[in-house]
Amino acid sequence: MSSPAPGRVLILFAHPALHRSRINLAMMDAVQDLEGVTVRDLYEVYPDFHVEVSTEQELLVEHDVIIWQHPFYWYSAPALLKEWMDVVLEYGFAYGDEGRALHGKRVMSALTTGGPEDAYDRAGYNRFSMRELLAPFDQTAHLCGMKYLDPFILHGVNQFSPEQVTAAAASYRKRIQELLA
Amino acid sequence: MTPDFLFQAVVYLLAAVIAVPIAKRLGLGSVLGYLLAGVVIGPSLLNLVGRVEDVQHFAEFGVVMMLFVVGLELRPSLLWRLRGPILGTGSFQVIATAGAVTGIAILLGQSWPVAVTIGLILAMSSTAIVIQSLAERGVLNTRGGQACFSVLLFQDIAVIPILSVLPWLAHAHGAVPGEGAAHGHESALAHLPNWAQTLITLGAVVAVVIVAHYILRYVFRFVAEAKLRELFTAVALLVVAGVAYLMHLVGLSAALGTFIAGVVLAESEYRHQLEADVEPFKGLLLGLFFIAVGAGLNLGLVAANPGLITMLTLGLIALKFGVLLGIGGLFRMGGGASFLFASALAQGGEFCFVLLGMADQQGLLKSDIAGPLGAAIALSMALTPLLLIVNDRLIQPRFAKMGAPREHDAVESHDHPVILAGFGRFGHIIGRLLQANGFGVTILDNDPDQVETLGRFGLKSFYGDASRADLLEAAGAARAKIFICAVDDEARGLEIVDLVRHEFPHLRILARAVSRSHAYALISRGVMEFRRDTLGSALDLGTDVLKALGYRAHRALRATQVFRCYEEESVRELAKHFTNYEDASYISIARQQLQNFEALLREDLKRQHLGGEDAWDSAGPPKER
Repeated sequence: MSSPAPGRVLILFAHPALHRSRINLAMMDAVQDLEGVTVRDLYEVYPDFHVEVSTEQELLVEHDVIIWQHPFYWYSAPALLKEWMDVVLEYGFAYGDEGRALHGKRVMSALTTGGPEDAYDRAGYNRFSMRELLAPFDQTAHLCGMKYLDPFILHGVNQFSPEQVTAAAASYRKRIQELLA
Repeated sequence: MTPDFLFQAVVYLLAAVIAVPIAKRLGLGSVLGYLLAGVVIGPSLLNLVGRVEDVQHFAEFGVVMMLFVVGLELRPSLLWRLRGPILGTGSFQVIATAGAVTGIAILLGQSWPVAVTIGLILAMSSTAIVIQSLAERGVLNTRGGQACFSVLLFQDIAVIPILSVLPWLAHAHGAVPGEGAAHGHESALAHLPNWAQTLITLGAVVAVVIVAHYILRYVFRFVAEAKLRELFTAVALLVVAGVAYLMHLVGLSAALGTFIAGVVLAESEYRHQLEADVEPFKGLLLGLFFIAVGAGLNLGLVAANPGLITMLTLGLIALKFGVLLGIGGLFRMGGGASFLFASALAQGGEFCFVLLGMADQQGLLKSDIAGPLGAAIALSMALTPLLLIVNDRLIQPRFAKMGAPREHDAVESHDHPVILAGFGRFGHIIGRLLQANGFGVTILDNDPDQVETLGRFGLKSFYGDASRADLLEAAGAARAKIFICAVDDEARGLEIVDLVRHEFPHLRILARAVSRSHAYALISRGVMEFRRDTLGSALDLGTDVLKALGYRAHRALRATQVFRCYEEESVRELAKHFTNYEDASYISIARQQLQNFEALLREDLKRQHLGGEDAWDSAGPPKER
């Protein structure tokens, strides 16, 4: 693992079947070369779910903005990102009286969903809005003293044309550049 | 061993050693190097060699071996798929070329039997030069290369009926057979009636197939178990020599016979080892053969009739080139392949000399025809490498530029991306895993029992010693991507790793480490992708023990994972200090490490959210978020 540049955006990317992904791969590719961005492909680093706590904590400390990038599986994150939260955001590090390591940092979710945007609504088949469903992420950030930014969401990605994929990746890159500025 | 023999050996070897590297460096290819070396030491220039014909006869065994190796690389199923080109393109080439030459010879005032004889002789091309030159370029498996090969194979077969037609032509010509003509095509069966000859000849071929397919494996196994390397080489050479002799007895082409034996053995688990053993002999003898062709070039005769022989040579090349190009167009080979096909085969060959000699004996050709023809044939052979270079540099680039789709391999290459050395208790698991996931693996093992046993369960591997560069070459190391060293002998494993790193630096090496010190040795060689062969399964069993002691399954797994991380790190760390197990400083560092390691391990286990107690029970604000 290469040590991150004194960069500022840490993308924690979780996708268990990247070989079948189009959009998340394009998003990753779009931001990988940006200076100040560290991309961490969690399923590649920890195929056995054995997340190294100290390494991950050091990375968090070295960055200002954390991105949780993942497909929105079952209204939440793929299991490895949840595992990452469970073991890395320790008491005494991320929260608790002594746990101030993350204070003042910013967090953003970057999500892709299969369902269309209007499904995430009281009247839609998913019954809840995205912001409602993202409450656990929001609150996790909040408890750790971090600001939960407006999420970057791409809906209905299964129907994306190649042009739409390219455009979406470009807009993701733009958002990350704004965070770096 | 007479001094004369040693002198000859020194001359030939020295000529090869000097000329071939220079020719290679100049981009002329090895064949031209050998030919030029032959010209230089031949009677016309330095006159250092004795009886060139004897050497050439001996060296023809190199051609026989080459066909054996070509056969080994060609499976029966592939040969079957080539039957069309062999019979179609092959027969067409012989008939068209012979016809054209015959016509010209009649126009020049020869009687028809003489004209037909010349036509048939000049229809032949040089298997040795063409296959060697194409193999060196790596185009043997392209469309054009396959076409060349098919035609050459057909010529090998056609030689036999042509030889039997010559006496009949001589009769029609009213020639007086010269001395020894009755035995021109000496076969031990000559006194038998025709039907018996045919029967015995067919029987011999069938016998070769049956013995090669069913019996040789037991012989190979028996010999391999003696674990004497040179003995296996001996048995490989015995197979080639034996088949060649048998073919000679029944009056068939030895090259054809060994080719058939090679094809049958292509399916054998001993294929790579056979290839590796025969290869150096083949290379040397073939080189000797080319030198002899060069040395046999009668420059005196050329100097005496420069105009005639130049015209004959260029005419021969131009005519054959034209006919071949026409065939390429007729069979829709495509521009690039057609020109390769035409450039490669536009020469006379070694069979021409055999046929010339026979025609001479039959009184068909007078020496004022046979002499210049022989010189033109030899010159056309010597010019072939140059013609191929012209084709490479000037003709092929045009087709590439025209955006024509690149020639695809007509033969499915059976080169696999992975080579696995060692198919024992460790390696066979890797091999099965890869095959279950649809990856092609070429598997080598030097234990004939193991190869046989696993073969019975349908797991295909090859008998062979992976610590030999030639065997790895034969197994396709030059085109593979990954090399797995899974042998159980530490020293041999390191030997293999060193060899692969040296000879095939493009291969990514993944290795089995048999012990800690073996792991250190691998690290010192820069091989970082290794696994200690007992660690994984010991940790698996250790996990089961932890569970038996009352750990929940996931906790036991985590405990093992943490342990493994430290263990892997510690090996890599200690490798820096290791000299030997007696070294006091290593021991003290190792002991220190081990203590640190256990302390760290305990601490790490404690902080694990599922293994330790602190996090979830501590006084942090929301316990069950």
